[in-house]
Amino acid sequence: MRYIPNADADRHAMLRQIGRSSIDELFADIPPSVTDAHRPLDLPPKSELEVFGELSRLAEANTASGRVPLLGGGVYDHYIPRAVHHIASRSEFYTAYTPYQPEISQGTLTVMFEFQTMIAELTGMEIANASMYDGATALAEAVLMAERIRKRGRVAVAANLFSHDRRVVETYAWAAGVELVDVPFTPTGRCDLARIPEDISAFVVQSPNAFGVIEALDGLKACLGDALLIAATYPLALGILEPPGAFGADIVVGEGQCLGLPMGYGGPLLGLFATRKEHLRQLPGRVAGRTMDADGRIGYTMTAQTREQHIRREKATSNICTNAAHCALTATVYLASIGAGGLRQVALLNLEKAHYLATRIAKLKDYSLVFDGPFFNEFVVRPSGGNADAVRERLEAGGFLVESPRAMADLGVPNALRLAVTERRTQAELDRVVDILGGKR
Amino acid sequence: MRTIFERGAAEAADGIFPACDVPVKEAAAWLGADLIRSKPPRIPNTSETTVVRHYTRLCKLNYGVDDGIYPLGSCTMKYNPKVNEDTSALPGFADVHPATDERYVQGSLKLLYELTRLLQGVAGLPAVTLQPVAGAHGELTGMFLFRKYFESRGESRRTRVLLPDSAHGTNPASAAVAGFSVTEIASNARGTVDLDALRAQLDDTVAGIMLTVPNTLGIFEEDILEVTRAVHEAGGLCYFDGANLNSFIGRARPGDMGADVFHFNLHKTLSTPHGGGGPGAGAVAVSEPLVDFLPVPRVVKRRDRYALDWDFPESIGSVHSFFGNVLVAIKAYTYLLQLGDEGLRAVSDNAVLNANYLQERLKRTYALPYDRLCKHEFVLSSEGLAKGVTTLDVAKRLIDYGIHPPTVYFPLIVHEALMIEPTETESRETLDRFAEILERIAAEAREHPELLHEAPTRAPVRRLDQTAAARNPVFTFPFEADLV
Repeated sequence: MRYIPNADADRHAMLRQIGRSSIDELFADIPPSVTDAHRPLDLPPKSELEVFGELSRLAEANTASGRVPLLGGGVYDHYIPRAVHHIASRSEFYTAYTPYQPEISQGTLTVMFEFQTMIAELTGMEIANASMYDGATALAEAVLMAERIRKRGRVAVAANLFSHDRRVVETYAWAAGVELVDVPFTPTGRCDLARIPEDISAFVVQSPNAFGVIEALDGLKACLGDALLIAATYPLALGILEPPGAFGADIVVGEGQCLGLPMGYGGPLLGLFATRKEHLRQLPGRVAGRTMDADGRIGYTMTAQTREQHIRREKATSNICTNAAHCALTATVYLASIGAGGLRQVALLNLEKAHYLATRIAKLKDYSLVFDGPFFNEFVVRPSGGNADAVRERLEAGGFLVESPRAMADLGVPNALRLAVTERRTQAELDRVVDILGGKR
Repeated sequence: MRTIFERGAAEAADGIFPACDVPVKEAAAWLGADLIRSKPPRIPNTSETTVVRHYTRLCKLNYGVDDGIYPLGSCTMKYNPKVNEDTSALPGFADVHPATDERYVQGSLKLLYELTRLLQGVAGLPAVTLQPVAGAHGELTGMFLFRKYFESRGESRRTRVLLPDSAHGTNPASAAVAGFSVTEIASNARGTVDLDALRAQLDDTVAGIMLTVPNTLGIFEEDILEVTRAVHEAGGLCYFDGANLNSFIGRARPGDMGADVFHFNLHKTLSTPHGGGGPGAGAVAVSEPLVDFLPVPRVVKRRDRYALDWDFPESIGSVHSFFGNVLVAIKAYTYLLQLGDEGLRAVSDNAVLNANYLQERLKRTYALPYDRLCKHEFVLSSEGLAKGVTTLDVAKRLIDYGIHPPTVYFPLIVHEALMIEPTETESRETLDRFAEILERIAAEAREHPELLHEAPTRAPVRRLDQTAAARNPVFTFPFEADLV
């Protein structure tokens, strides 16, 4: 096996040198009843040629990849500049471990520092960590962090959160004994700020939310008393939208897949986590800091580690160790490649194309937009006559991929489809959507 | 180190995205001026030449497995096969949205289902979830499963989790996040769990134990069956941290040792890369009594179709946005198919042989506090090497010789610890050279200790001031405009 360099002759020589007669002797400390019970997988070894063929056939069995996605809800079909892939594929980056030895990890650490800076800039916050697993676990950790700070045992959550975010928050909150209280939404699709309860550690809002609608964050912080404002956001949209930090958010989290990561059937993703300096001691996860070396040169190192599990053990701010470092690196290279100018351009492309499609659909006689709040690149459409499933079937027959109406029904919006439009969609594709909906195809 | 914020800044960066092909309005006309960003993020506009050169320069300041031996104990820094990178990047896998209808993603679902079956076989346990995305995330999922199990049995009084003092820091942290308190069990003189100390703790407030097998000293718990039996008899559950699976894969199964929960690190044992700290994947295998509590959705097979099943009312819920790190799972599956049973056994054979070979040689030069057969790793101590020389000095001097240091100062029960895990993917020649350098450093420690104290001198930077970094935290680039 070419991943195991030693040949039989090496093994024999090595065994001789350590005074052992066989490899089996090295396993004498495992109880014999355990090794006797072992059963093989019935898996014969295969060559690279065979395995690559087998995996290629499985990839081809995913017939989705030839279709045009109108899918969103947290993960989106964005274009990734080719240079991003080339840089991220450098094995000096991807075959390294967590930078515990900073002197030979300055590549990883400098990128971590750049990433933290870019996320702080994007979200309008003072500090960001080096990443979480995904947007959902970042949000769950934000809830736990707010609870550590305010300790009221109760967190209010907008009912128009993405379902997957909500599910993960529920799991973590259940284990931590934190009660979640729903805040309903209005016909705009925005959450009803008048319904935020008192005596909470934090309020969780998502913008754009599960309906694609941009929340009114202005003045929200003021009506929370001293409860923390946790905002989940879509970082690509922040190319044009005022960031949550500008509205006084205490913790901003987000799903960073839109920043240069493939959709990958939902993983790996990238959790963003930003907050204000005053909360540093409660921040979960790793963080890189700038310092000097013995010769006075600038360098980077992991720091503020007294919060972390390897030092604080059960008193750590989180159990996270491995995070999504390479996804963060990819996002950094993506943002560096397109720049603030490119980010604004791509955000505008999403906005304009989504509005083009939404406007045309709204003019069709059998369709309406469910919510009238401002939206970014996705929106919810309702066909008259309760046939959302049939409409989805027609779009899929036309080569599109559309989310099941169940997704919206689960949020209390029956018979509706959520459609997402990214910069990759062309006018011709969008016109075809309109024609199919209008019964012209 | 210059950052991207100190390069380019206002270069031409356009040409990636096209002009808009639909009629456009001003953003403010669609959204209202209040929602529009008032200050652009300070992310420089930089040409592709500048970006590519900047990050190429940075990558050369790094050390990866492709550069040489990476003997970080408990991290299993084995070689990452290139074919894994290419199979997981196939567009059929990479360009699929998680909300896609099951009928269009049969390939990915089949792969996840088959990988689940293989991992069940490796663990010797009846069910596996691929949803956790890191080792600590797997631990946390396991602790959630403990909670749910006892909740379902009306035994919520079981709030304590026992841990040996050699455990990874993530173990107590994961138990705490899941709402448990932690009780430490001292190790005995042989470096394993002290059975009497364990029995003394076992009462009806104990939810279970978290064990690392073999433990972080690289020692197999010979009494493992007695340990798990005692915990089970007291009504508790046994969690096995799979960080060290590389030492017995293909030879023994946690399920046969009494594990109720076992987490895999696909990014250790199954060769997927660490990526400078992630993404990983932390599949979790469970025993029969815990199957109903696994996270949703689960991948199931119905006749010849694969599907996502949400209908498990007793589930702990979800621990990840979707189905875990699918692209990482593809790499692990590619690896497993190539190795087969024969290859998996060769992995543990060679990982353990390599470790024992190094241990025997290095114990002549460095203290070996637990001098016995090791598994895939062993722990030396720099204590007594030379007056005033620390493990940190040894580690930094290794960098001067172009080698990544081992894990240092862990496990906590060994003073001045150097935790060495060579893995099976290193050759005898590489091991010999590594040992030779460690021996040379030991000699330098006696004869020229200043070489160690001053090290590294041949790395991109000298030793970094950690105290200053912590005392005066700078986590973001100090833009000039903010400094005035």
